Amino acid sequence: MNYKKILQKYRKDRTRLIEILKEIQATEGYIPEKGILSVADELGLSRAEVEGVISFYHFLSARPLGKYVIYLNNSITAEMAGREKVARAWEQEAGCSFGQTSADGLFTLLETSCIGMNDQEPAALINRVVFTRLNPEKVSQLAGWMREGRAVEDMVEETGDGANNHQLVRAMVRNNIRKTGPVVFGDYSAGQAIRKALETTPEGIIDEVKKANLLGRGGAGFPTGLKWEFCRKEKGEQRFVICNADEGEPGTFKDRVILTERPEMVFEGMAIAGYAVGARLGILYLRHEYSYLRRYLEHVLQKMREQGWLGQNIAGRGFAFDIEIKMGAGAYVCGEESALIESAEGKRGEPRDRPPFPVQKGYLNLPSTVNNVETLATATQIIVHGANWFRSMGTPVSTGTKLLSVSGDCQKPGIYEVEYGLTIKELLEMVGAEDTLAVQVGGPSGNCISEAGFGRKICFSDLPTGGSIIIFNRSRDLFAVVRNFLDFFIEESCGWCVPCRAGNVLLKKKFEKIASGLGTVQDLKEIEAWGKIIKSTSRCGLGQTSPNPVLTTLSNFREVYESRVSKEADFIPEFDLNRAVAEACAITGRKFQEEQEHA
Amino acid sequence: MSKPVIATASLAGCFGCHMSFLDIDERILDLIELVEFDKSPIDDIKKFSRPVDIGLIEGGCCNAENVEVLRYFRENCKILVSVGECAVMGGLPAMRNTIPLKECLEEAYLNSPTVAPEDRLIPADEDIPILLDRVYPCHEIVKIDYFLPGCPPSADLIWEALTALIQGRPLRLEYELVKYD
Repeated sequence: MNYKKILQKYRKDRTRLIEILKEIQATEGYIPEKGILSVADELGLSRAEVEGVISFYHFLSARPLGKYVIYLNNSITAEMAGREKVARAWEQEAGCSFGQTSADGLFTLLETSCIGMNDQEPAALINRVVFTRLNPEKVSQLAGWMREGRAVEDMVEETGDGANNHQLVRAMVRNNIRKTGPVVFGDYSAGQAIRKALETTPEGIIDEVKKANLLGRGGAGFPTGLKWEFCRKEKGEQRFVICNADEGEPGTFKDRVILTERPEMVFEGMAIAGYAVGARLGILYLRHEYSYLRRYLEHVLQKMREQGWLGQNIAGRGFAFDIEIKMGAGAYVCGEESALIESAEGKRGEPRDRPPFPVQKGYLNLPSTVNNVETLATATQIIVHGANWFRSMGTPVSTGTKLLSVSGDCQKPGIYEVEYGLTIKELLEMVGAEDTLAVQVGGPSGNCISEAGFGRKICFSDLPTGGSIIIFNRSRDLFAVVRNFLDFFIEESCGWCVPCRAGNVLLKKKFEKIASGLGTVQDLKEIEAWGKIIKSTSRCGLGQTSPNPVLTTLSNFREVYESRVSKEADFIPEFDLNRAVAEACAITGRKFQEEQEHA
Repeated sequence: MSKPVIATASLAGCFGCHMSFLDIDERILDLIELVEFDKSPIDDIKKFSRPVDIGLIEGGCCNAENVEVLRYFRENCKILVSVGECAVMGGLPAMRNTIPLKECLEEAYLNSPTVAPEDRLIPADEDIPILLDRVYPCHEIVKIDYFLPGCPPSADLIWEALTALIQGRPLRLEYELVKYD
């Protein structure tokens, strides 16, 4: 294996480390020690730094993997759609359990967090190809093809709707656009916005976006115009526009659909942002799970360059801006903007301390604006149609529309473009949800709403959401939902802050104690207290929201917890002495009899 | 009014916390004015002779006997305090928790280079307390009322906590008392 050739291809650029490692893995199936040493040597890094990057990302591996790697999604909607049977079918076909590689080296079975297919579960990535709506029969068919040595790409029999059918995509993914709205799915012709933008001043663009009161669509809701203004005013030799396409919040898949159906609108938004802040380069940070869109997006970028919407002289007005795509490698925390920047620089995606904020010191420590896919697409439409048009939709503060990714127990899961201010009740009717027990708004990091809250509104001042809406009907076990979400955060914590790394594990243990009927009122109090500690002492949004699955269900479904805890006992141990000595008895051949009275 | 009664025990610990307790130096004279000792290694009383007000536990639980002693303390003490890292978290002995018990025993009694070939045997004498699958902190076994951190907690910390409990006043933990670096 000639590692030097790969390194030369990436000009020994340290910010390309993740791509270099991915290419080695694509060729060899994993990243062998020799590769690690060679990369470390050529890039002037320590072995530990390279290994640290590999171990950080879910889709990089320093141990050999099978020819076909099955990453079966483990999100809650997958569970609801029969994931367990699919998982057992894979194990039977491969003859090994999850986390292992089959003896013949053909299969590796791995679990993975939400891959953005919540409305078409159970889904899996096989190598880099997406397979949706799996069932045991389908698994057996796929495994048969694998034994015949068929290429994964050739296992996709039927492609999805819209651009999923494009020859460069050819994915079985479905868009499931159920309701279009006037912004993201409104009238649009590429090039119009950037042409209009270049007729005004950068300050004028920022003013228009501020006037529209565009708030970040990723979920945090920071005013986009203000972010651009901060970035523009910051001194720096160079500035960057970064599009955050790392949507990893379980239940969100709207950025996938935007990038499939409206990529020009996003790229145009990046160019407009570039003009506004004074950047010449934009980076689309695309999550690994959406690798199947990469060639198509590169093609769209090339087309836009040819049409003069990107490049050295955009719309003939002398403005230069281009976009490159950087790939993630599987880490939820990289959706956090400073972690995303670290990752784009080829490092472990650990969040940075802030301040300085990315607008001050972002990519390569230069001023950078990081905006969500939907935010940038929306900005494009604001420039075309004006702030007043935009403000005529939604609520006075939460202006415009929002894309919701709806999944779970409803007749019509998929994408809905709705005006802000929609109530949960209205949404449930729209999507055909019946007998609803709970609605998870904003994914695991958001809020689990009970019927008492169905009159609440989707907007920044009431129920903010990056777009994830998961519906659970009354046949569902709320504890199974919370368990799934807690496991997600334990898996995805980057490990930097102890309260997040260890606290979430302790929180889960305490939760399981309650779930198993051994909880007390004191345990409930401790869960609340610990949750608050984790939230207030973690430095990024992951830790700050990770206890929400427990805390919000505890506040909105308190009776479910109270029915499981003892009202009388002030302490119930999980500890069982006979169980705890069983192992030692087995090893030594002794029998244990608990002494009734102390000697 | 009779003096409050105190009891202490060292479970899976190193007696370091007891030694730290003795580090209160001449204050031990004040202590015997303030309290009486019941079951404790300090006076070598083996069994509880009366209800105890405050029990101080050093060490976590690594074997069945530790569990029995801890439960015995809980039954006989109004207030039970975990003293030191091992009681609070499992401490150093809990380092074995990441390794299966069988491997630990095999490493110690069969494979260790210091074991003479003729001595290779995992002890199974019935007089030896049976090991638990892992080392448990005390609060996973019984209800613990207070926790004193440290390895060991300093004499001043133990003194301050104990006198506060006896006198029923709020604990004043100066920063220096709970700072360990």
